[in-house]
Amino acid sequence: MSVMQLVAEYLIAALLVLGGAFALVGSWGLAKLPSLMTRLHGSTKATTLGVGSCLIASMIYFPVFADTYSAHELLITLFLFITAPVAAHMVAKAHLHRQRRGLDGERADDIPDEVPPPAQGGWATFDGAR
Amino acid sequence: MTPLLSAAVVFATGCLSLAILLNLFRLFRGPTAADRILALDTLVINAIAVIVLFGIAYATAAYFEAALLLAMVGFLGTVAYCKFLLRGDIVE
Repeated sequence: MSVMQLVAEYLIAALLVLGGAFALVGSWGLAKLPSLMTRLHGSTKATTLGVGSCLIASMIYFPVFADTYSAHELLITLFLFITAPVAAHMVAKAHLHRQRRGLDGERADDIPDEVPPPAQGGWATFDGAR
Repeated sequence: MTPLLSAAVVFATGCLSLAILLNLFRLFRGPTAADRILALDTLVINAIAVIVLFGIAYATAAYFEAALLLAMVGFLGTVAYCKFLLRGDIVE
């Protein structure tokens, strides 16, 4: 085994352990934190980082040990890192509108998620709603 | 595959399985619809990681198309669910 393969092996192992730990911590936050706005933090930041770490480990593994290379991992990583904030924004927006209308029967664990009133005018997303 | 790498893959798979169980707990518990959408979104992201680990463990590149498709469908599903909650319709 060459020196490069040894270095790559340690790097891949470290990235895999880090990725698994980050994904677990993010999902634990999703299960444990008290309200939706706090749960968003765990699942959109920690879990995305964990999956990106696993994908980069795979991107190093295949050229070094299996003699094949594909750009798919990089594509998936980029796609996940671009779409995660958009998905989180949509979830938060749906939650705010439903809570404002009183459609979410009970508040998540008694913590209100309303946004404070702005200095002047109103929130654009609420003013545009019917 | 070296012993260190297989140990790392086993550890990461265990972590991700536990993470998927926690996501399922949040999916069934709720309490709001947005919570369930968020749990589904995270479930799809963790499933992508499990597919990639499967590809490493068996040293085949055949699973990356599946991971890429799951990433796209998961994002579109999340946005469509949120749009439906917001407007009562997806394409207006």
